Amino acid sequence: MTPELTRLTAVETAAKIAAREVTAVEVAQAHLDRIAEVNGTLNAFLHIDTDGALTQAKRVDAGEVEGPLAGVPLALKDVIVTRNVPTTAGSKILEGWIPPYDATIVERMRDAGIVVLGKTNMDEFAMGSSTEHSAYGAAHNPWDLERTPGGSGGGSSAAVAGFLAPLGIGTDTGGSIRQPAAVTGTVGTKPTYGGVSRYGLIAFSSSLDQAGPCARTVLDAALLHAVIAGHDPRDSTSIDADVPPVVDAARDGDVSGMRVGVVKEFAGEGYQDGVTVRFEEAVATLAGLGADVVEVSCPHFDYALAAYYLIAPSEASSNLARYDAMRYGLRVGDDGDASAEEVMAATRAAGFGAEVKRRIMLGTYALSAGYYDAYYGQAQKVRTLITRDFENAFTTVDVLVSPTTPTTAFKLGERVDDPLAMYLADLCTIPSNLYGGPAMSVPCGLSDDGLPVGFQVMAPVLADDRLYRVGAALERATGSDRLLEQVTNL
Amino acid sequence: MTTTLGAYDDVLDRYAPVLGLETHVELGTATKLFCGCSTAFGAPPNTQVCPTCLGLPGSLPVTNEAAIEFTVKIGLALHCEIATWCRFARKNYFYPDMPKDYQVSQYDEPLCTDGYLDVVVGGEAFRVEIERVHLEEDTGKSLHVGGATGRIHGATHSLVDYNRAGIPLVEIVTRPVQGTGHKAAEVARAYVTELRDVLRDLGVSDVRMEQGSLRCDVNLSLMPAGATQLGTRTETKNVNSLRSVERAVRHEVERQGARLDAGERVVQETRHFHEDSGTTSPGRSKEEAQDYRYFPEPDLVPLAPARELVEGLRATLPEPPSVRRAAFAEVNGFTAIDLEQMVNAGVLDLVGETIAAGASPTKSKGWWLGYLVGRANELDVEVSELAITVAQVARISELEDSGELTNKLARQVADAVIAGEGDVDAVIESHGWKVAGEDELIVAVDAALAAQPDIAAKIRDGNQGAVGPIVGAVMKATGGAADATRARELILERAS
Repeated sequence: MTPELTRLTAVETAAKIAAREVTAVEVAQAHLDRIAEVNGTLNAFLHIDTDGALTQAKRVDAGEVEGPLAGVPLALKDVIVTRNVPTTAGSKILEGWIPPYDATIVERMRDAGIVVLGKTNMDEFAMGSSTEHSAYGAAHNPWDLERTPGGSGGGSSAAVAGFLAPLGIGTDTGGSIRQPAAVTGTVGTKPTYGGVSRYGLIAFSSSLDQAGPCARTVLDAALLHAVIAGHDPRDSTSIDADVPPVVDAARDGDVSGMRVGVVKEFAGEGYQDGVTVRFEEAVATLAGLGADVVEVSCPHFDYALAAYYLIAPSEASSNLARYDAMRYGLRVGDDGDASAEEVMAATRAAGFGAEVKRRIMLGTYALSAGYYDAYYGQAQKVRTLITRDFENAFTTVDVLVSPTTPTTAFKLGERVDDPLAMYLADLCTIPSNLYGGPAMSVPCGLSDDGLPVGFQVMAPVLADDRLYRVGAALERATGSDRLLEQVTNL
Repeated sequence: MTTTLGAYDDVLDRYAPVLGLETHVELGTATKLFCGCSTAFGAPPNTQVCPTCLGLPGSLPVTNEAAIEFTVKIGLALHCEIATWCRFARKNYFYPDMPKDYQVSQYDEPLCTDGYLDVVVGGEAFRVEIERVHLEEDTGKSLHVGGATGRIHGATHSLVDYNRAGIPLVEIVTRPVQGTGHKAAEVARAYVTELRDVLRDLGVSDVRMEQGSLRCDVNLSLMPAGATQLGTRTETKNVNSLRSVERAVRHEVERQGARLDAGERVVQETRHFHEDSGTTSPGRSKEEAQDYRYFPEPDLVPLAPARELVEGLRATLPEPPSVRRAAFAEVNGFTAIDLEQMVNAGVLDLVGETIAAGASPTKSKGWWLGYLVGRANELDVEVSELAITVAQVARISELEDSGELTNKLARQVADAVIAGEGDVDAVIESHGWKVAGEDELIVAVDAALAAQPDIAAKIRDGNQGAVGPIVGAVMKATGGAADATRARELILERAS
């Protein structure tokens, strides 16, 4: 098999398969070989679905499915439910669970001919920014194996950055697609909330969770976005509207006359110099391409992190209640004498990691009688104010921009015992989740430490195409689609 | 520990009762509230389930529009305001029969509010105010194996059937009902009866209490007569028949009255009703109640029933049961008192069906109200659950009309049918029950007169009141097979 197949973009891969220069099976096998070779180092995949991948690749080769991404391999975050394929959400409590159904986006990707290689590593129930909260060990950043590939979707970002798959699916509750993209030099989009079905996405925080694409180029991400997006009657919160023209925008990439607002609050103390420098250069690049750049203040963004850490744990405390050993997953302490309550408690004590327990306790407290108004209720008010900040800003600008994350990839072990330091990794990404608008991280070069820097673009609800327009413009101007060629240590 | 009880009427001479009723109604939609699974009753366990109603990771709810419409119809029939915007909420608590360990319900934003339902007891009208009508999902059903009578204590293990999980359930909550006085128990029963009939006429539920599609929680407190400060209430759960509603109220009045008389306080708690003894026993104490951590259900968009939909549904409402009943009474020549008695005894439909099966209105009413309700009470079952069909009642009534059975014999036949001995004619045949013939009757009359010569003498002297004991003796001698009227005639004839 040709090892070079793993270096192709999704667009190039699909073109070669469509032109019969290579078969989808050969492409899948090349990636499976690459996974066999380096996954032991990266720990990007938790489960490799060789049979499923080859079966789907054969369908593509037989002409049973076609489309712009037919035959392209993909790394699927293990929080997305897959029929007959183990799904753990990075938790011991779901170890051994074999789902009896497919997520809507899994069905859509299968219908589009996409070849799912396996399930990728993540922080347990998507709670974390490093994958160190995975019950199955951390994933590693292909740029520097001692560093995190970000989180929670670090398995998918590591797989895409490490050429284990040209495409990945992540889920983003507070930044879990964008922050991993930023620290691995890949592209990651959180679509508009409701733009992509959540049916089959194991819930962390229902009002914030959104699945989205990970890729090495903006156009690849747009193509995947177009496959998974669109109304799903099985998800009440799914928006019944046309999918924004993301692929056209990615192909076009013209930002002349676009009004770009730089978020004033996301700069200064706590922002690594190397990040600030690359970000400001990227802003200048956009101005050079004809965009009108202005500074915009979003005064309530400073409270986003605090509001998020009340809303998300509150919803999580309820969403994670079902892991009670009664129907599926782990069961501990069922000795024939213990009561159901005792088995539930023992199972949850053994099956959840420390970070998950921390958030369940935070959320349980915030929703308690007598505290609800002060915590959950107040956080919802802040959420409304943040939404107004966005809406006000979008009366004068088309997109908002900021660094995706204040620092480049941190070292594994560096923040794992300091939850607040870990939470700061999502400082810039959280507002879009609270608002529900789309946001993307696109690489804007390397910091002086030699690590990638992410540039975040945020757009109004259902204006996802604007992200791709800005992302494509920046990618072309900076050549960031070739950034990953520098990853040669694997 | 035995519970000291006061006498119901005695307690209510001194204390004013305050009632509250929470009724759960399983809606008769074809599919569940948040998924497409069937709601049919009685399927093998766990055969009507899917990822959503099993709460599998990643699954999501989608609201069944028919359930919303049914709930709006209930709200309209109960004269409620229908919300223009409201939300579902999650009620969080751990229990094995609840797949997600939270129940999707409604909390501070119910679909329907501020209605009422009027009932009549003893000719007196009571307006029961409805605080709210909201929609929620039902839980699964636990079956405890190995212990006594299916209770969790002593069970070796438990099984859970999730077929019921996710069936739409409407909760109808009254405001505190005051001013019922001695009629508290009857008002409670009359309210549930009336509500059941309203719901059945709407076609939104099969309202079968014995299958659990209509379940009632009874709240009761007492306060000293003339007081305004409400007393401490208890909530008696799952009172699952009309009769039990009345009995539960009576028992709580008697129990709480005795406590208050003894200077003790009533504990605010959930209590369980025991069908066998008609008593309640303490369950979970509300004073250490769970914190359900309600919050708006983020997986569902808010409900905003369009005004056109609401008005459209209003236009489809059937006439209220009171109107339907008045027409029924008119046709069959029943008085208002007849009607109220039949309604509150829960036999109005049975009477109607017996008439339809061929019996006269008077006989039909007489059979149910005058005999079978009493039998049901003696047997400790709902009258509708008596093992006798309306066709059988009509047949017995027919035989009585034609003189083939005396009233006494007819009741014996009914009892035999209820006891499971067989159909009407088979029972009569096997027992050889038939009205005594003239010859047999004459023999019995003569024997009775001869056995009691003093009485025979009084009769001869024109004392007709003395006939009674001789009639009794004749009935006894014939095993009830004598036609009492004819016997009386014969006694007068043969004594002189």
